[in-house]
Amino acid sequence: MALSSLEMEALQLSLQVALLAIGVSLPIGIAMAWVLVRKTFPGRILLDSIVHLPLIVPPVVVGYLLLVIMGRRGLIGAWLWETFQISIAFSWQGAAAAAGVMAFPLLVRSIRQELEAVDRKLEQAACTLGARPFVVFVTVTLPLIVPGILTGTILAFARCLGEFGATITFVSNIPGETRTLPLALYTAVQSPGGEGAALRLMMISLALALGALITSEYLTRRTRK
Amino acid sequence: MSTSPTLHVAVKHQVGSFKLQAEFLAAPGLTAFFGRSGSGKTTLVNLIAGLATPGAGRIEVGDDVLFDSDKRINVSPERRRVGYVFQEDRLFPHMTVRGNLTYGQRFRNKATRRYYLEDVTDLLDIDTLLDRRPAGLSGGERQRVAIGRALLSSPDILLMDEPLASLDSARKSQILPFIERLRDDVGIPIVYVSHAIDEVVRLADTMVIMDNGSTVAVGPVEDIMSRLDLRPLTGRYEAGAVFPVTVAGHDKTYGLTELAFPGGRLWVPALDQDLGYKMRMRIRARDVSLSLGKPVDSSFLNIVEGNVVEIRPEAGPQTDILLDVGTPLIARVTQKSVAAMRLQPGTKVFALIKAAAIDRHAMGFGGTRQRQKY
Repeated sequence: MALSSLEMEALQLSLQVALLAIGVSLPIGIAMAWVLVRKTFPGRILLDSIVHLPLIVPPVVVGYLLLVIMGRRGLIGAWLWETFQISIAFSWQGAAAAAGVMAFPLLVRSIRQELEAVDRKLEQAACTLGARPFVVFVTVTLPLIVPGILTGTILAFARCLGEFGATITFVSNIPGETRTLPLALYTAVQSPGGEGAALRLMMISLALALGALITSEYLTRRTRK
Repeated sequence: MSTSPTLHVAVKHQVGSFKLQAEFLAAPGLTAFFGRSGSGKTTLVNLIAGLATPGAGRIEVGDDVLFDSDKRINVSPERRRVGYVFQEDRLFPHMTVRGNLTYGQRFRNKATRRYYLEDVTDLLDIDTLLDRRPAGLSGGERQRVAIGRALLSSPDILLMDEPLASLDSARKSQILPFIERLRDDVGIPIVYVSHAIDEVVRLADTMVIMDNGSTVAVGPVEDIMSRLDLRPLTGRYEAGAVFPVTVAGHDKTYGLTELAFPGGRLWVPALDQDLGYKMRMRIRARDVSLSLGKPVDSSFLNIVEGNVVEIRPEAGPQTDILLDVGTPLIARVTQKSVAAMRLQPGTKVFALIKAAAIDRHAMGFGGTRQRQKY
């Protein structure tokens, strides 16, 4: 089952997109989980709902929303383009943004669950031993939520690899730039004589997702010991 | 260190409908907060540690003001240099014992460190546990590591909130000697929260009695324990007078030890201590009987002569009587006996103390007076 260069390209691009998406959203996800668990403020429930929105909203909606905000004529996108000549629309970075937004709820949920289980008394103890709040977070809280971070990261990574709707809406289907695995699969299905390629791409996608789930389960069990 | 700093607290605090009002000056050495559960002991300790902020008042350790509502001073807990040993050990599960012990060290610059890992592991006998994880330790070991961790943060004061509460009595008696060593060796004030009078008598120099959120009495253990008005709080069943004793002789034939105390001599079951060893002893009021004449042919080994000082009227069938036998002594007798013997302040009596009732739990080894300070 040899992969054609186009298929290899799609696989490589997918991994690249997913890595960037996770790299950027992980610190934000940890901060968001912390805010949602530890802070009470007006609008917390609203923020919580917004974070979870990509889970239930049609991906096309998220993609179009990104286009409206980040597109070259979008609310923020226009300013970025005029000031720095930067735009993520129709680029692989844009694909990463779409994937990151779609995977964000999964990331936050796993970290949040773990954070809720952290015994605050341990943090108090660290505090009486002389640690400033940030140091307490880094030396006590963070190590204790590592299992949640690992699970969240792997699930989110798999979700990024599978992102389709938001991606195609926001950054289109450009070979070599934004045509990730699912988009390549979609293109193959649409093309006459593309059955062989479609089958291979489907197998790769399934293998990646299954691998991610098994790794996540394995890591969870190991770190819990 | 020439002098050990003192702890001065005068605070008012309210949590929901619970009001706390505390005022006391703890002399150097070990100060016990004693009272029923719910009397506000832990809340008060949390206020000292900075984990809760009092509504108003002042908290000082030595010359350091930790909290002053008038001057708007409220030092954050991580800057208070307070060592806190919690009821539960609260060890960090993701670190080894060594990691736990040295956690607080890194936040103190080397010049202000008071204790070193070796000294502390020696003192607490935990040097063989260093590379293990807390999950693999016994309850007693964990609590000793927790004490070590607090000490190694080089605190100016050590707070211990019922550190033995979660341990069974065998483990307790294993750890008590370590706490005695701490009290005698570390040279910082220790606040020890407890509702077990035997621990308090054994360990404390000063006693702060708390009831319903207020500090109702503060003073040396001997004074507090001989106050009849505090008996409802110090505990009817277990409480009794406390005084210093010295080992004066051993009787190997009968397995007894003779103790000298300000009122004479006492025989108790054999103690494994050298002649001249000084300690503190509590004699429970219920183990003391009274007689007007000196009993002859009785089984009582310990008979001391003295005067009735105070009889506290009580509702129940029994009453407490404060005696002066050269030192305060409390007897618990029936109201009927008080009437039959026509006891009143000034009456000359003989106090009969059952030797067998005095056990190791009543002893405070390494008592106040032979303490070496540095």
